[in-house]
Amino acid sequence: MTAALSETAKPRLARGVRLQQDKARGGYVLLAPERVLEANGTAVAVIELCDGERTLAEIVDILASRFAVDRERVASEVETLLRDLATKRMVEL
Amino acid sequence: MSLLPPLPAPLGLLAELTHRCPLACPYCSNPLDLERRSGELDTATWLRLFEEAAALGVLQLHLSGGEPAARSDLAALVRGASRAGLYTNLITSGIGLDAARLGALAEAGLEHVQLSVQHVRAAEADRIAGLSGAHAKKRVFAGEVGRAGLPLTINAVIHRANIDVVEEFVREAAALGARRIEVAHSQYYGWALKNRAALLPSAEQVAETRATVERLRVELQGTIVIDYVAPDYFGRFPKPCMNGWGRQSLNVTPSGRVLPCHAAETIPGLGFWSVRERPLREIWQESPAFNAFRGTGWMREPCASCPRREVDFGGCRCQALALTGDPRNADPVCMHSPARALITAALEEARRSHEQFAYRRYVPATTKAANPLTAAAEG
Repeated sequence: MTAALSETAKPRLARGVRLQQDKARGGYVLLAPERVLEANGTAVAVIELCDGERTLAEIVDILASRFAVDRERVASEVETLLRDLATKRMVEL
Repeated sequence: MSLLPPLPAPLGLLAELTHRCPLACPYCSNPLDLERRSGELDTATWLRLFEEAAALGVLQLHLSGGEPAARSDLAALVRGASRAGLYTNLITSGIGLDAARLGALAEAGLEHVQLSVQHVRAAEADRIAGLSGAHAKKRVFAGEVGRAGLPLTINAVIHRANIDVVEEFVREAAALGARRIEVAHSQYYGWALKNRAALLPSAEQVAETRATVERLRVELQGTIVIDYVAPDYFGRFPKPCMNGWGRQSLNVTPSGRVLPCHAAETIPGLGFWSVRERPLREIWQESPAFNAFRGTGWMREPCASCPRREVDFGGCRCQALALTGDPRNADPVCMHSPARALITAALEEARRSHEQFAYRRYVPATTKAANPLTAAAEG
């Protein structure tokens, strides 16, 4: 198992990666070098908060309160998503 | 048309801005019959096309060629594409783009740079590219991309003359600050098909490359992403070419003809429509070339009844044509193709071959050996 992400990390999308509404097909997509990833509602909510200013802890707090979900569950989902995007070099932590 | 389900919109558009290129790589996928500068679309037509592409649903624009930097209006094209909301990717040799021009592209909204590298050693790289000094310029350019803050992908087309240095390619790309590397085996179209006997590696080399890539992916996870494009001649099933004809992407040639893939013009009898004459949406939906091999209705056996017919879409139409003489045949790479022996024979021919490269040049050659980039500057 990989170590937990630091709660003080300030994630942000790497340069050359952006979230965009997909008018033709509906929903949102993450556009990156040679990649188009469909972003579901959860992913959009997380990525929109990744501005390089907010800490991971703050992002989790905001989402837990917005969706009235258990904080630990939110933390785990956010970490899984961000770790995956970091491995793809799409998010900087 | 109204009885059919709506056609999905394309995701990506490859704009071959020009066929002019300072390099002469023998694996080039451009057609043998290269487009002259006088036939290229003007700035305004490209910009209109980018607007139409975004409205149609295209998300990513790949600015390619030839060498796109041979167009003096490249920054204007990037700006227009960016304004239209397209994700802009520059596919370049890195020759002809200094820091100032690159800075102007970044400022115009360029989002990603893909740089081709031919080898890890300068002498070999320059020999493959057919241009002395090219490799050193590419290394400088890679540094400039980093300084401009742009994400960099290294594209390494793999063949017999560089397959022994795949590991060094990946390590060098990481050292150059690239976020991604494409370890892409040559695909045998255009100039590459002409040079096939000199380019095809052996099955043992291919297996070793695959293992090297797997090992490096684990070791370098989080540092560099390695995309691997397998060589289809060594597979049992064909590649799902373009993820299906006319399903996700389109190509526009320097003079504005719209193609389902870069090699489609090799197929005789297809009607290609031009952006000079029609809107892109109409071309995507109605052009005879796009509809010729959409879906599965065109298929013959063994494709028509194959359970994989919507997995690999019968493979590649251009390869079926080039090797069997009929684009409706199964891709001969497929183990079920009656023409599979052609692939085996090509591999055997390459194993015995000591052929020299036939470099990508404008043919027939003009009396004046014009450098395409100099020609651009003169104009």
